[in-house]
Amino acid sequence: MSIDHSADTKAEAAPAADEHAHGLTDMGYVKIAILLALMTGLEVGLSYAGLPGGLFMGLLLGLMVIKFWTVVSYFMHLKFDNKLFSRLFYTGLFLALFVFVAALCTFQFFATS
Amino acid sequence: MADIATPTNPGVPDAEPDSTTTVDRGHAPDIHGFEPTGGHADHGGEHGHATSTGLSNNKLAMWMFLASECLLFGGLISTYMLYRGRHEGSPSPSQLYNIPLTSVSSFVLLMSSLTMVLAVSSAQRHDDRNTTTWLTVTALLGATFVGAQVFEFTEFHKEGLGFTTNLFGSSFFTLTGFHGVHVTVGIIMLMALVGMINRAKMPGNKAEVVEMIGLYWHFVDIVWIIIFTLVYLIPS
Repeated sequence: MSIDHSADTKAEAAPAADEHAHGLTDMGYVKIAILLALMTGLEVGLSYAGLPGGLFMGLLLGLMVIKFWTVVSYFMHLKFDNKLFSRLFYTGLFLALFVFVAALCTFQFFATS
Repeated sequence: MADIATPTNPGVPDAEPDSTTTVDRGHAPDIHGFEPTGGHADHGGEHGHATSTGLSNNKLAMWMFLASECLLFGGLISTYMLYRGRHEGSPSPSQLYNIPLTSVSSFVLLMSSLTMVLAVSSAQRHDDRNTTTWLTVTALLGATFVGAQVFEFTEFHKEGLGFTTNLFGSSFFTLTGFHGVHVTVGIIMLMALVGMINRAKMPGNKAEVVEMIGLYWHFVDIVWIIIFTLVYLIPS
């Protein structure tokens, strides 16, 4: 039996070789930071704008998620790194979200019974 | 000789490779998946030991740690959200919070993430001078954030909100206090790192160590992104 591993080898090696090709330059990081600062400023501005409750909450939570994703993807390199790291981290994050929802539901249940 | 090459283990003499097997052991896994440490650890040409996943074990462990930290802060944030309205005997959160001060400290922590990523970038280029400079700036920005938090806690105490005053106080101080402790631990790690680089006593792959601490620092930043919005900006 003869097995040629070259195809697998190339497939495995490709992501590592591409990391730097898709990574950001220092100026790219500065641009991301400026974007994050602007979004933070927008968040603070919204808190003084007196918007209706639903719209205000939606905008703030949306900006929060975008900021979170931007830092995780670009500053923590998750976008360019091995997918296993992403799966590990997002598993923890979704479990935390589940804890949050479960806690809220539990308190709601006891509050109404 | 068999057509499939004998699996390679670190430190074990290997059989002569068969000509039909074209695996380059320096860059790719063999049939059992052994491969030199990958990811950013490789960029400086300083290869770590072989791992069964082909990924850096240090990096894998750090991501697992951060995933577990998500659960810790998830629990703390949940508790705060449940108890934020229970502020009997003290001013309400909206009366206590100093949004301009917290906004500035949030901005400072956000910028410390920029300086941290620039330190990681410098470390990957083997530029020790810029690495230590950016690490020091990051530590200073972190210290500024912690200073603002201590000031905020002092002000709250003066206003009559202590750790045991009510459920709001307990959950608020626990959540933000835990975060502050994480920032403080990060500052200690950054300063230790600067000391080790300056004295050329860094064990292992320098760029990888800087990256690990960078991941921790960015995590502390993303937790604050959530706390800033949910705790400070959204009124109870």
